[in-house]
Amino acid sequence: MSALLQVQGLAVRYGAVAALHGIDFDVHEGEILTLLGSNGAGKSTTLRAISGMIRPSSGTIRFDGRDITGLPAHEIVGLGIAHAPEGRGIFGPLTVDENLRLGAFARKDPAGVASDRERVFALFPRLAERIHQVSGTLSGGEQQMLAIGRAMLARPRLLLLDEPSLGLAPQVVATIFRILREIHAGGTTILLVEQNASMALATAQRGAVLEVGRIVLQGAASDLAASDDVRRAYLGVH
Amino acid sequence: MTRVLQTLMDGVAVGSTYALIALGYTMVYGILRFINFAHSDIFMLGAWFSFSLAGVFGWTLAGATPPPWAAVVVLLGAMSGTAVLGYAIERVAYRPLRSAPRINVLIAAIGVSLLIENIGQLPIAFGTQPQRMPSLLPDAVLFEVSGVSIRLVDTLVIGIALGLMAALEWLIYGTRLGLAMRAVSTDAQTAALMGVPVDRVVSATFAVGSALAAAAGFLYASKYPGINQPAHATWILLGLKAFVAAVVGGIGNVRGAMAGGLLIGMVEIFGAAYLSPHLRDVYVFALLILVLLVRPAGLLGRATVEKV
Repeated sequence: MSALLQVQGLAVRYGAVAALHGIDFDVHEGEILTLLGSNGAGKSTTLRAISGMIRPSSGTIRFDGRDITGLPAHEIVGLGIAHAPEGRGIFGPLTVDENLRLGAFARKDPAGVASDRERVFALFPRLAERIHQVSGTLSGGEQQMLAIGRAMLARPRLLLLDEPSLGLAPQVVATIFRILREIHAGGTTILLVEQNASMALATAQRGAVLEVGRIVLQGAASDLAASDDVRRAYLGVH
Repeated sequence: MTRVLQTLMDGVAVGSTYALIALGYTMVYGILRFINFAHSDIFMLGAWFSFSLAGVFGWTLAGATPPPWAAVVVLLGAMSGTAVLGYAIERVAYRPLRSAPRINVLIAAIGVSLLIENIGQLPIAFGTQPQRMPSLLPDAVLFEVSGVSIRLVDTLVIGIALGLMAALEWLIYGTRLGLAMRAVSTDAQTAALMGVPVDRVVSATFAVGSALAAAAGFLYASKYPGINQPAHATWILLGLKAFVAAVVGGIGNVRGAMAGGLLIGMVEIFGAAYLSPHLRDVYVFALLILVLLVRPAGLLGRATVEKV
């Protein structure tokens, strides 16, 4: 397996506060890697730095061998990295259809977009039913489906997902994770940030644990799930 | 009855120019959450660009007979001129302050406004004398009943203004650029994640808003041909009324600005005709206070809770 995404010495500061103190990790082509950690550990910051929403203070990010550090967000999505951000980032006053069209905004292949739309509707039939609805009126689960479906319309090679389970009922979370596995089976590499560590480790092949801006543990998902530290801190096992 | 009809025509004509200016305030606010106080100067420049362009063709000379296409040339010329200028102002004065506190941008806008007014008064620009706009729009009395006439020029002013508003409506709801504008106005950061080039969308917004203000300047000068000198207080007052229109309609809301402009124009002109012409500004600002008391977010605006 080759590294699709290489993060080296990534450091991010918000003013005087350091959010990431130089972290290193790779995401391999075709895997699901999950980033675990408590609130404020720097998980979302990592995703935001990769997708270009924030500029790292040092370090490099390589995607498919190319240095993308500091590129503006609207160019990075065109290279094949889609980010479904924290809080879903739905354009509430816009319709489901308009949100989906924005997902494909950077693309210039209408035929490919049309077939990807069909695929998204196959994954999330609910979105097809609500296509002309104003998206702010969707339920939380539907909004999360829209966020993921919209990200898929960029036809990403790497999908960044920030807390897709947040605030959703357990049944809906199970549906979302089932669909993530389908998306992964379709060949999309996924970098998944989650608070729900048991779901995330059951879905991912590998994981990394962030604590206050540093990676403290990295390895196969099954090893992490079996590790005493992880079990105590993130799986609620004493 | 005919007097009502004529007042209505005047109200719609003035109101639609307010609406065109209000659109620029509201679009910029919608995208950057900032009031562009230099916008009334863009409106003023629209009138003066129109006059100067007519002068270039010799249509301002006494006895000149401008061809029927003169209005088209002057209108499009003035609109292009302010579009380029609006783009440049955003690029030079506002973009470097994008991450600065909003008050800094506001002060920069006041600076731009003073700069435009003072450069405008230079002899190489427009000077300090008022001028008379030649009548480029054809005029005739369409019909007349008991001394009250409905004029062609009013009809054309209204037609052009409504046409431009329809074009804007199509731009915002029917094109890719419009979709990008609405996305940026909802959440600029997430719009960038979708691949929307936010800076270019902001530039386009300034260019479109400025072009509409220039159209308002041309139409206003066509209806009221006396063009005051660039730093005259009437420009600020007209711009301020258009801003009131944007707030009354719901700042940030495009259809609200159109409705607000027409409403403000009607209230002003009907008040002037049937109550007292001396209090026409009072009606406008009284309406503002009333709307702010009853619906603080404006007639078509949605109340929003500031996120903390």
